[in-house]
Amino acid sequence: MKLSNFDPVSQDVFAKQLKIAALFVLVIFSILILRLWFLQIVNGSAYRDRSENNRIRLQSMAPFRGVIRDRSGKILVDNRPSYDLYVIPEEIHDTEALLNRLAVLGNLEMALMKERLSRAASGYPFKPVCLKKDISREELAMLETRRFDLPGVMIKVRPQRHYFYGDLAAHVLGYLGEISEKQLKSGQFPNAKSGDLIGKTGMERRWQKSLNGGRGGEQVEVDAAGRRIKVISQKLPVSGADVCLTINRELQTLAEKALSGKHGAVVAMDPRNGQILALASSPSYDPNLFITGFDGGTWKNIVSSSDYPLHNRALTGQYPPGSVFKIIVALAGLEEGVITPWEALYCNGEYSLGRGRYRCWKRWGHGKVDLNRALVESCDIYFYHLGMRLGVDRIAHYARQLGLGQKTGLNLGHEKGGLIPTTEWKRKRWGTPWQGGETVSTAIGQSFVLVTPLQVATFVSAVFNGGHVYRPQVTRWVRKPGGESIFEFAPQLIRDVEIKPEYLELVKKALSGVVNHPRGTGSKARLVDITVAGKTGTAQVVNLKKEKEAKAKGEIPWKYRDHAWFVAVAPADAPRITVAVLVEHGGHGGSAAAPIAKTLIEAYLRVPGG
Amino acid sequence: MLDRRLIQNFDWVLLLLLLLLAGISILNLYSATYAIRDVGGSRIFMKQFYWFLIGFSVFLVMITFNYYYLERLAYPAYFFTVALLIIVLLVGKVMSGSQRWLSLGPAVFQPSELAKISMVLVLAKFFSDRGGSEDYRLRDLWQPFILILVPCGLILKEPDLGTALFLGMVSFSMILIVKVNRKSLLIFLGCCLLAAPVVWFGMKDYQQRRILTFLQPDMDPLGAGYHINQSKIAIGSGQFWGKGYLQGTQTRLHFLPEQHTDFAFSVLAEEWGLVGVTGLLLLYLFLILWGLNIAKGSKDRFGAILAVGIVAIVFWQVVINVGMVTGLLPVVGIPLLLFSYGGSSLISTMAAMGLLMNISMRRFMFQ
Repeated sequence: MKLSNFDPVSQDVFAKQLKIAALFVLVIFSILILRLWFLQIVNGSAYRDRSENNRIRLQSMAPFRGVIRDRSGKILVDNRPSYDLYVIPEEIHDTEALLNRLAVLGNLEMALMKERLSRAASGYPFKPVCLKKDISREELAMLETRRFDLPGVMIKVRPQRHYFYGDLAAHVLGYLGEISEKQLKSGQFPNAKSGDLIGKTGMERRWQKSLNGGRGGEQVEVDAAGRRIKVISQKLPVSGADVCLTINRELQTLAEKALSGKHGAVVAMDPRNGQILALASSPSYDPNLFITGFDGGTWKNIVSSSDYPLHNRALTGQYPPGSVFKIIVALAGLEEGVITPWEALYCNGEYSLGRGRYRCWKRWGHGKVDLNRALVESCDIYFYHLGMRLGVDRIAHYARQLGLGQKTGLNLGHEKGGLIPTTEWKRKRWGTPWQGGETVSTAIGQSFVLVTPLQVATFVSAVFNGGHVYRPQVTRWVRKPGGESIFEFAPQLIRDVEIKPEYLELVKKALSGVVNHPRGTGSKARLVDITVAGKTGTAQVVNLKKEKEAKAKGEIPWKYRDHAWFVAVAPADAPRITVAVLVEHGGHGGSAAAPIAKTLIEAYLRVPGG
Repeated sequence: MLDRRLIQNFDWVLLLLLLLLAGISILNLYSATYAIRDVGGSRIFMKQFYWFLIGFSVFLVMITFNYYYLERLAYPAYFFTVALLIIVLLVGKVMSGSQRWLSLGPAVFQPSELAKISMVLVLAKFFSDRGGSEDYRLRDLWQPFILILVPCGLILKEPDLGTALFLGMVSFSMILIVKVNRKSLLIFLGCCLLAAPVVWFGMKDYQQRRILTFLQPDMDPLGAGYHINQSKIAIGSGQFWGKGYLQGTQTRLHFLPEQHTDFAFSVLAEEWGLVGVTGLLLLYLFLILWGLNIAKGSKDRFGAILAVGIVAIVFWQVVINVGMVTGLLPVVGIPLLLFSYGGSSLISTMAAMGLLMNISMRRFMFQ
């Protein structure tokens, strides 16, 4: 027996409290029962009627996804109505007959329809089953006019994404796809349902939240045939915000045309602020196909093709820069004081380092070469010397200053950062010390060096705009339908390079000579009335020996051929456009890539206003 | 452990009430899920049956020991629960936008269910320790306030507004039962009123919307407004005798969402009418009054207050759920005790009932 710790006085108080509690409980329960009486007896028959005729349906209203425009406001991506054919299983009287009629009127396959219906049979009897999406105008007319005779059939309209110009700027725009299980569970898409389409790549993905808008819906009363009697209440969908890109549509079209049939990338940028005027990657694809659906063969081709059309080569293509890299080595040499503008070195076509023998692209050499001439005629020997004087780590320092070896941060999906080797990197990565011969190759943009076309456009812009490395951006503004601004472009300065302005001027002058001097390697980009500056680059894919063997056999196979680079800025004194061109396996930069840059610059600058 | 006197004092009434509720629940769930033809649906009532079996085993386990051992466990259990609630916020599973569950292999478990029992336990312990017959003033109550606010706050963060509110009401009931000074009570209520705007702005969008929809159902035609509409139609259309078992059109045609969980009561109302729901409510009423009686008969302070706490759990769950489905209260997602489908809820309820039985059976042990 335990002693009670409940003294009689407390017990009495407690008992009184319990009585009050019991009373309270009784009162509340009476209220509940009264309420039930009110619902069931007083209003009972009214509710009974409503339940018998209950045809209140919830219908979702998809929002209008925001429109994407180019910089001049021209629409690149918008929405068009798509008509989908549905049936409500519970309301079909004679399934076989209905399906037969639909097969004729709507061009549908019996087997497909039956399969869809049977799959849905385990669900709710009143839930509409989709038989065909995006029916044609003719099919729509046939079905709509006969709908009184087709019980259970319903046609729903929904907006479908439409990429106006097919594959134009596909890598920039991106495409839509169904939201994945993982994304739904992650909580990042709080209002999304299974089956919703969301942006998967490109700008469609970058601005998904703003473009998407908000879903709406309505409580609709329908009659026994499913026709809407009245809308009980409605929540209007919120249209998505519009996105304006910095892309110039005409320039983009030109760039893609120039790359057609080739593999490569073109990046056109405004060097004053980092706005991207054109970003092309070839081969490309048509985002419309992602919506209308691929047939099995096309999808397989796209995904497994060794051409990798889905890859954006401008951002993820990493290539050796070849002679384009000399710009950086030259600036490094000047700033570090290991070379002066007048010091002339001698190029006889050969350079020895230890047991290694390196050549200049010009078989018998250029003769006496100063900095200006070395860039204009792209002398390799000059840069071998310069490279050795600097050492790879100092070269790396300036390369990194100008943005190489790291991602630019352009928010357009997957981007690669390239590679700028250093002695420490080599030790960590390969476990062996750095060799002198590797410096030699690095100085002319071979060896381990890797850059993306976007990085090339960015760093050359910095050289010409006074040393400001701007982050490339592709969004001009994002505004809600009412005009409220979500985003407005503003230049993002990554850093100012620590290179004296006079050195930048020197290099700029030399690069102008590359195009305009009679012996310049970039003469194919020359324009009569506009001063174009630039640099060619020919990046080796296989080592020289292999190349020579292949040449001896006849033509060099495509995959052994060098990559062709050209980067140009115009007008040289007050630059308004930078163009970086890479043609995979294009051969010489001067002949394969330079003409592309010329076409773009010409088109861009000759138009009044640019 | 089980001597003859215990068996003599076995509370058959309580057991009968629970069995009746279990039976009605399973019958009702069968109807509620009847219309879903896919594999998962019609098996729900079987799952509920299995949960009841497990629940009854827990119930029996709760009877075997002497409940005053729980006095010693009260505070540790409380802190353990708080720890679990913190863990849930850190690594809990996210479902439908809230983080309330911890996965243990194939099963998921909600620490907030555990919180109901440990809250009641710890408050009972606190008040039974104080003793005395004086009224409680506000200054005496700061400790219970903290004890209450911590788990409620954590649950609110999940976010689970319904359960947090429910826990608050249960705790508040327990405080009231040990007699609070009238003036203190008024001051406290005054503070609550003042705090209301702060709470309002602290609520998330959809929680605010729920309250607004309650006041104006047309505001949210797609969400809560639709649920309540359909629920009222279901309930009202039952009229006096109901439409008959398995004949509820709202249920069968799936106009009523969540019909095996939050709105299970509406299914009963449609099929069994006023007669049926009044019967069910009377069962609950009887259970509550019987529980209060057990509290009265217990000569042990701890047991008595604990019994009141358990009764409060029953009371508030019933009131909030029925109030919600009839449109008297905003939709807050509280399922109906022992009636709606739900494993965690069932287990914790049966454990609480076991405790009640325990207290009832051992009242002879005190003088």
